[in-house]
Amino acid sequence: MFVCTDTEPETDQSRVPDIRQWASEVQASGKHVIGDRLAPESTATTVRVRGGELLISDGPFAETKEVIAGFDILECADLDEAIEIARQHPMAWMGRIELRAFDPLNLDAER
Amino acid sequence: MDAVAAAARESYGRIVATLIRVTGDWELAEDCAQEALAAALEKWPATGVPANPGGWLMTVARNRAIDMLRRVTVEQRKLREIAALTPSEAAPPEEGENDVEDDRLRLIFTCCHPALALEARVALTLRTVCGVPTAEIGQAFLTSESTMTRRLTRAKTKIAKAGIPYRVPSGPALAERLPGVLAVMYLLFTQGYNPDGETAFADEAIRLARLLRRLMPEQPEITGLLALFLFQHSRRAARKDDAGNLLTLDKQDRARWDHAAIAEGRALLSDLPVSGPYAIQARIAAEHTADETDWPAVARWYDLLAELQPTPVVQLNRAVAHGFAGGPEAGLALLAEARVAGVLDHYAPAAAAEAELTARMGDRMKAELLFREAADLTNSPAERRALLDRAAEMEQT
Repeated sequence: MFVCTDTEPETDQSRVPDIRQWASEVQASGKHVIGDRLAPESTATTVRVRGGELLISDGPFAETKEVIAGFDILECADLDEAIEIARQHPMAWMGRIELRAFDPLNLDAER
Repeated sequence: MDAVAAAARESYGRIVATLIRVTGDWELAEDCAQEALAAALEKWPATGVPANPGGWLMTVARNRAIDMLRRVTVEQRKLREIAALTPSEAAPPEEGENDVEDDRLRLIFTCCHPALALEARVALTLRTVCGVPTAEIGQAFLTSESTMTRRLTRAKTKIAKAGIPYRVPSGPALAERLPGVLAVMYLLFTQGYNPDGETAFADEAIRLARLLRRLMPEQPEITGLLALFLFQHSRRAARKDDAGNLLTLDKQDRARWDHAAIAEGRALLSDLPVSGPYAIQARIAAEHTADETDWPAVARWYDLLAELQPTPVVQLNRAVAHGFAGGPEAGLALLAEARVAGVLDHYAPAAAAEAELTARMGDRMKAELLFREAADLTNSPAERRALLDRAAEMEQT
């Protein structure tokens, strides 16, 4: 799941869940593989190779205020399980959570 | 051919739902059900419809699924499960059967999953649960068959890739998911109730509402929805004259109403709390089954409904009710308010309502024009004929 900012966060912040509680619960459930907050977008570095040449640049500094602030890899049986975990995350209230399943390339099996 | 089509329609959703549960493969399930239907359409006209048409179709679909799965590498467990399917699994369920196990209920909750767009939910339910051809769904959504095929494929891909579960949710999730399911069922019923629609859809919606009610007796909105369906459906035999023209309530032969359905609807409402929009709409429908419609009561229910659901269509119906309760001026005033948002500008029922209210004000010339305008706006041939008849009545003095 991608933890993102959003242009329209919840205005009533009194009921926003606590991140520590979320982390301890999801870890105790055994469904959390890894995840954490990311350093700010202003510290990002972009890497491209064009015509064989390495191009490194500062940024991106996107115009949008909706950026990925962190991510968590979950081990869930189905989408409903992932939704239940996502809705408890404080950033579901203050931002938004994007759920994406893995679509494996199965590279290990080809070796 | 009608018997063939009816039996096929009844069985399609059940076969698809069961094959999805066992194989987890939506495309395979639909392909096999389609092929079974095609085989039936080919054979039954000559041999007659078998005693257990659902069982016959299920057997053909199951055998086809086994053939297809044998060609690809497949888990032996899956093959054994399919081979173990008996024709009785496609037969109509007995009353009191363990409904939680109903595959079609799983299919409905999956098709109505909120992670799918609303339009995709309705389309997917019509396609997989009711077996409506993709071209017809495309027409209902004002789009081409190929566009609708792409949308359905995209929805099924999302179900598979995003891991949308094939089950009925439990606990608090059930209450959260239910309104979305009811909204889809309502659209499904409407599909069967509209003048040119398949009444089989309406029957299906009623069956599903009964099933949901038994599964979730503590949800008053399901009971409200079922009662609403029953009242509307009770008039199915009286809604058109012999030529297929639509009849308004006051012109219908009440002896042709389904009075058992009305009695059942009334019994459902007797101890139901006034909770949500469906329960209120059911009460409005109940008022219309009385010998003399109590229009002030109908108008009050619409006031309440408009508070919960201030949509232009509810406001339109509220205007009509007040037109009968307090006179055409009151109705036209509320209709003008409802039209402010502009949503009703090209909506045939709004033009028809304005025409009726104008006629009752005594301005027959203007009413005639409005009836013709409404006739131009409707997509339904039966509705169009009824509106043109009214326009013609305006010309006679």
